[in-house]
Amino acid sequence: METVELSEAQKKSRRGRNIALGVVLAGLVALFYVVTLVKFGSGIAH
Amino acid sequence: MTVIDNHEAVGMEGAPRLSEASARDYFELLKPRVMSLVVFTAFAGLVLAPGQINPFIGFIAILCIAVGAGASGALNMWYDADIDAVMSRTAKRPIPAGKILPQEALAFGLTLSAFSVTILGLAVNWLAAGLLAFTIFFYVAIYTMWLKRSTPQNIVIGGAAGAFPPMIGWACVTGGVSLESIVLFLIIFLWTPAHFWALALFKMGDYQAVGVPMMPNVCGEATTKRQIVIYAALTALSGICPTLLGFASLGYGAFAAAMGLGFVWYSLGVLRMPEGDKRMLPAKKLFAFSIAYLFAIFSALLADHVIVQIWLKAGGII
Repeated sequence: METVELSEAQKKSRRGRNIALGVVLAGLVALFYVVTLVKFGSGIAH
Repeated sequence: MTVIDNHEAVGMEGAPRLSEASARDYFELLKPRVMSLVVFTAFAGLVLAPGQINPFIGFIAILCIAVGAGASGALNMWYDADIDAVMSRTAKRPIPAGKILPQEALAFGLTLSAFSVTILGLAVNWLAAGLLAFTIFFYVAIYTMWLKRSTPQNIVIGGAAGAFPPMIGWACVTGGVSLESIVLFLIIFLWTPAHFWALALFKMGDYQAVGVPMMPNVCGEATTKRQIVIYAALTALSGICPTLLGFASLGYGAFAAAMGLGFVWYSLGVLRMPEGDKRMLPAKKLFAFSIAYLFAIFSALLADHVIVQIWLKAGGII
């Protein structure tokens, strides 16, 4: 199996990208949750 | 330690090509400065539209429009990477700077386009989503891939892409397109040529180097300057249309007329600029003023609308 050691700069930038992607995904979950509440909220109240 | 299972990404010499792009580099692909104008004008369309929208749904609408605009910016950078590398204004963008690969930008742009349109459709309405999808298509396929490199009228027709956001914002609230939203579209559409040609005048060398047929390079400085004045006058006229059509006050109309006169004044400065002027100060001044003009006009429309609403709530009569 061919492998490569990442440099410190590559590790740092990958970690930054992973965190950003995590934040975006968490934001999407929250967004869909609140949209569901807003869209169905009035129906449930009735 | 990373397993190498894709030799295309490794490079011809066998040396690993592993990305050092930061999240910020990806954000740069979205053309944040253009996005700020899109967010602002879409917000104006959303607020000015008659009717109500849940504040959170309104926020999602603006977010989707901003991301959709950003996605089209990323796709534009993917397609234009060859000429961006040559032009001084764009040479530091993430792809020519070697931080992000063109195919990474393409995937990023397509993904964001699909997400922004789908979420706007699901959360707000499908007419607004359709307009956003058309805007992305228009900017990427019609402007970037076709018009930009083939005609000096590129930014006149392509300017429509930048003019759609307030119309999308309006459609988010009303679910339709009306004369008022067409006027908001027209203001930006007619403003774009004078704004862009002012830039094209003092960046003529850049556009010449990459063979993009901008108006000054193809038709000459004199023709461009005359057309700048014509479009500035048309923009000034469209700026007062909200008052003429009755959806803005006389106060707004007076302000828009003054700003329009300023726009025409600066364009006349460009007209008087000597042929072959190296510094092109009047063109730089017009470019700066044009940005201020658009922000001022849409800010004034917003302020006018808020004042009228407060007045009506206080029992005032118009």
